[in-house]
Amino acid sequence: MSALLEVEDLRVSFATPTGRFDAVRGVSFALGRERLGIVGESGSGKSLTGRAIMRLLPPSAHLEARRLAFDGTDLLRATPAALRAIRGARISLVLQDPKYSLNPVMTVGEQIAEAARIHGGVSKAQARRKTLEMLEAVRIRDPERVARLYPHEVSGGMGQRIMIAMMLVPEPDLLIADEPTSALDVTVQMQVLAILDDLVARRGMGLIFISHDLDLVASFCDRVLVMYAGRVVEERAAADLAAATHPYTQGLLRSLPRIGDERAELPTLSRDPAWLEG
Amino acid sequence: MISVRDLVVTFGAGRDAVQAVRGVSFEVAEGESFGLVGESGSGKSTVLRALAGLNRDWSGGAAIAGIDVSTRDRRLPRLVQMVFQDPYASLHPRHTVDRALSEPLEIHGIGEVSARVEKAMADVGLDPTFRFRFPNQLSGGQRQRVAIARALMLEPRVLLLDEPTSALDVSVQAEILNLLRRLRVSQRLTMILVSHNLAVVAHMCDRLAVMNRGLVVEEMDVATLRREDPREPYTRQLLLASRGYDREAAARMVTYD
Repeated sequence: MSALLEVEDLRVSFATPTGRFDAVRGVSFALGRERLGIVGESGSGKSLTGRAIMRLLPPSAHLEARRLAFDGTDLLRATPAALRAIRGARISLVLQDPKYSLNPVMTVGEQIAEAARIHGGVSKAQARRKTLEMLEAVRIRDPERVARLYPHEVSGGMGQRIMIAMMLVPEPDLLIADEPTSALDVTVQMQVLAILDDLVARRGMGLIFISHDLDLVASFCDRVLVMYAGRVVEERAAADLAAATHPYTQGLLRSLPRIGDERAELPTLSRDPAWLEG
Repeated sequence: MISVRDLVVTFGAGRDAVQAVRGVSFEVAEGESFGLVGESGSGKSTVLRALAGLNRDWSGGAAIAGIDVSTRDRRLPRLVQMVFQDPYASLHPRHTVDRALSEPLEIHGIGEVSARVEKAMADVGLDPTFRFRFPNQLSGGQRQRVAIARALMLEPRVLLLDEPTSALDVSVQAEILNLLRRLRVSQRLTMILVSHNLAVVAHMCDRLAVMNRGLVVEEMDVATLRREDPREPYTRQLLLASRGYDREAAARMVTYD
């Protein structure tokens, strides 16, 4: 089976006044039509990994990899035109905050229809129909009305769902979702995850789910990569994340308060310098 | 220690008026740690802001240690202080740790500034070398320690905490929660903790109120929460959702108005 996405020895570094900073240090994985979770704390390099796949890094970043391929296309050597044909249409990126991802001077409906027309290659009338269908799919109660609204007229949770609708309307093969639900209330979060879940199951979409929430990733994904200081320190099936063997993963799991426990003190992490090397 | 009676908070006027809090009442005993839980828009932070005197436009009654918080009683700042969610936003970017911690003392004419700043830093586990640093030279957890130290400078008896760890990584969250539990005992604090995270409230509080759309849905003790045995369906759904993703549970989620 050839993988949808192949990442081998991915490295991202930045030149800083005090020398080179290595933010991602040799990440490798292959993704099929599955839900892959990437967890880690801030600064672990999980978001940069997602952006590197899209080749959407700041100009100051230096990217290298032994292999970075999507459905057979070498993303490292692809021309800008080839990359544009992939971004949005075949690989989509959902970010955490809808405030910065939606165009404030276009209505919600126009933005989603634009994504459908440009990336999905459908007619204007079809784009409009798909827009309303997609808004309904993300559990927006009155799609006709919401399509006419501007982003500032909708709540944060609704903005998040609109953004997800916009990213899904071109029917991508791979969705990279960077903390897509952490701004949402738990109940809405569950409903949005159910939509993503169905798309993976029904359309065979691949999903990279980047999150700091270990419990959520463990319950939602098929497989999990745990990142620490730019490296993958642990990889395992999501269902047995609790059986993690790396002391960093174990430490993170133990430091979470749980509803049923009566521990007076939560164990805190003492970071072992050896973790930097794996 | 804290008494809230029929608190109503309205934002906007006329046709656009929104009642964020629609008649909330609760009592918190001295030394108790009380949780306010709810989703965004439930009014939990609005209740806290009214108690802290940050919003004076409300009706009903609210008193701390018998002092009506709607008055500008000068004793209030020395009685009640607040810690906010985002330590990146709540500290002045151009003020050093030293200045942030000294300012409340100077405003209230309290002496021995230097010794008190040193003690406060030690109390929250900040290394003395951080004293003349600016917030951008500190990590998120260190900043939240500064914000907690600042709230404790006037030796208040009540600490109001608005999502104090939700902007922090989980390993840092554990450190801050441990710190708050220790301070509660050593400084004999009464606390109100606002959070959307049921596990954090279960860990930190003796009793809690669950809010939805500006109303208290139910009040319970922490043992009831730990047994996951609430009375109201709204709370049961909240508990279910906080357990992680479950396709079938997601399909059954409903909206409570």
